[in-house]
Amino acid sequence: MPVKAIKPGYHGDYKDGVEKFHGQQLLNISWDKHIMFGFPMCIPVPPQMPFGALIEKVLPGIYGSHPDFARIDWSAVQWSTASGAFVPEPGRSLADHGLRHKEQIRFRTPGLDGHNGAG
Amino acid sequence: MAADGDRKPAKKLNLKENYALLTRGLGWEPSYQKKEDIFRTVDFEGVKIHDWDKWEDPFRLTMDAYWKYQGEKERKLYAIIDAFQQNNGQFNVTDVRYVQALKVFLNGIVGLEYASHRGFNILGRELPGVGPRIAAQMQAIDELRHATTQIHAISHYNRYFEGMAEFPHQFDRVWYLSIPKSFFEDAVASGPFEFIVAISFAFEYVLTNLAFMPWMSGAAFNGDMSTVSFGFSAQSDEARHMTLGIEVIKFLLEQDPANVPLVQKWIDKWFWRGYRLLALLATMMDYMLPKRVMSWSEAWTIYYEENGGALFSDLARYGIKPPKYADVTVKEKHRVSHEMWSVFYTVRDALGFPIWLPSKEEMDWFSEKYPETFDRYYRPRFEYWRELEDKGTPFRSSTLPKLCQVCQWPCLYTEPDDASEFVHRQGEYQGEIFHFCSDGCSDIFHDEPEKYVHAWMPVHQIYQGNCFKEGVDPSAADFNPMAAALDYMGIKPGVDGGSMRDHVDAQRWESWTARPANMHEGAITDAVRKTT
Repeated sequence: MPVKAIKPGYHGDYKDGVEKFHGQQLLNISWDKHIMFGFPMCIPVPPQMPFGALIEKVLPGIYGSHPDFARIDWSAVQWSTASGAFVPEPGRSLADHGLRHKEQIRFRTPGLDGHNGAG
Repeated sequence: MAADGDRKPAKKLNLKENYALLTRGLGWEPSYQKKEDIFRTVDFEGVKIHDWDKWEDPFRLTMDAYWKYQGEKERKLYAIIDAFQQNNGQFNVTDVRYVQALKVFLNGIVGLEYASHRGFNILGRELPGVGPRIAAQMQAIDELRHATTQIHAISHYNRYFEGMAEFPHQFDRVWYLSIPKSFFEDAVASGPFEFIVAISFAFEYVLTNLAFMPWMSGAAFNGDMSTVSFGFSAQSDEARHMTLGIEVIKFLLEQDPANVPLVQKWIDKWFWRGYRLLALLATMMDYMLPKRVMSWSEAWTIYYEENGGALFSDLARYGIKPPKYADVTVKEKHRVSHEMWSVFYTVRDALGFPIWLPSKEEMDWFSEKYPETFDRYYRPRFEYWRELEDKGTPFRSSTLPKLCQVCQWPCLYTEPDDASEFVHRQGEYQGEIFHFCSDGCSDIFHDEPEKYVHAWMPVHQIYQGNCFKEGVDPSAADFNPMAAALDYMGIKPGVDGGSMRDHVDAQRWESWTARPANMHEGAITDAVRKTT
């Protein structure tokens, strides 16, 4: 049952439907093993943003301060969502990759597992 | 009868009769309204009660005696608070880091006492049995008293330190205070039986010993007699509340076998919700008390694993099992406070209190108390961050977190069996994606998704543009969304959060007390005499 309520059939409006983000959608991002940052991140992005721009323009602002970041070999990075692994195409948009509002992407950087065990 | 000076009054009521008249005797059977129209919320949860008279009053108190006892306690408490203020007790605490814990308490916890007052008022109205109704009414007054005495006890600190003056405003708006706020709103928005199992049993009976025993002895150990006094003044109330909690459980379980799975479900849910809330307490105990009494791991072992273990062995005869995911809490006890303090450090610019790195002395204590985890995961992190601070390039995280849809904490917790990976639990409801910090929160969501789809998630609200003060123009050239959001929340950037080394509380503390703001690290200003 979706909820036990005084009035049957209760439904609360989605507080976070995509239509409330002014043309943007939310994207959650996790750099695996790099837990020094404290948590996976949540950012608003235009769905038409090319995946290449995410890597080149967005990720450095989030994770660039980590000593591992400059050493990432982007061709070896393993990407995944909750539905499994995927290989991004830099020229195609986030929406083209099937990334919906509030989706999470994870990326694993083999060989780079955090700074001296500090995450 | 002759007026001969020998008039014999009727025999005085004995205690039992007096008690019955002033409790059960206050109820009545409705004559011109139907019972189901008066008690509208008692059936929808599916709980079956056959005989309300089987309820045993756990308080053994009548209202007149209640006022008398509480009045006595108030007089004692306020005498101590007066003395504390006259003697400038705020400067007798260990150091100014302790005061930061009081800020967390005032801004995050006092509002819960008030929310609890509201919840028990609702029960006092909605429960058809006279016994539980009176118990709920008394507890409602207790909770209001706790909110009031806490505000009064801490108000004195507000004259000297930043970050306390706007506590009701902050409780409703600050991003991380949505965690305690949403916890109680979930409870208050439940039916009366879920509320009373959630708060009286899962929270008060199973978990609040953790707040009252180690935390209050921590306050005493750090010289805060004002907080200790309200703790003690509340403690005899808490004992009553716990008795109510266990009575509720036994009553529900004895009334009908159909109640057992419902009660079990609520115990599972509210144990987990309460445990997630207590992560804040874990962090206060391990990191914010300059003199520590016991570690969170030790407290959890004694107050949950040992005491809770005995309780659930006792309840096994009713068919009740220990809460689901209790095993996860035991795995997490080795890391939860460290993970949390790491998060506080990285987001310190957006907090209502300043943050510091643990000293060498504190890290050695952690190594001893957390042999499985501290040296492996957290010491290297804190040492690296110290190195960056010394270089003048301190580590910080400026991007907002992915939040858990149920508990609203950032998804900061790591896998129960792997402390080097975040927990990722993604779910869907009607095509919409939701994220959770744990299997516990994921289960709660999927049991009643409609209760959580409209949660006010601070990060999402900021991105939707709903967290700005009236009159702010988000299209202005110099608009800074993060600064505007903090302003909306009542956090003054550059004053409230940041690093303790640079904080105004630390500077004032040293100039007023001539003692270091951090007793483990020496003075940060010239105000402290060279002798320290």
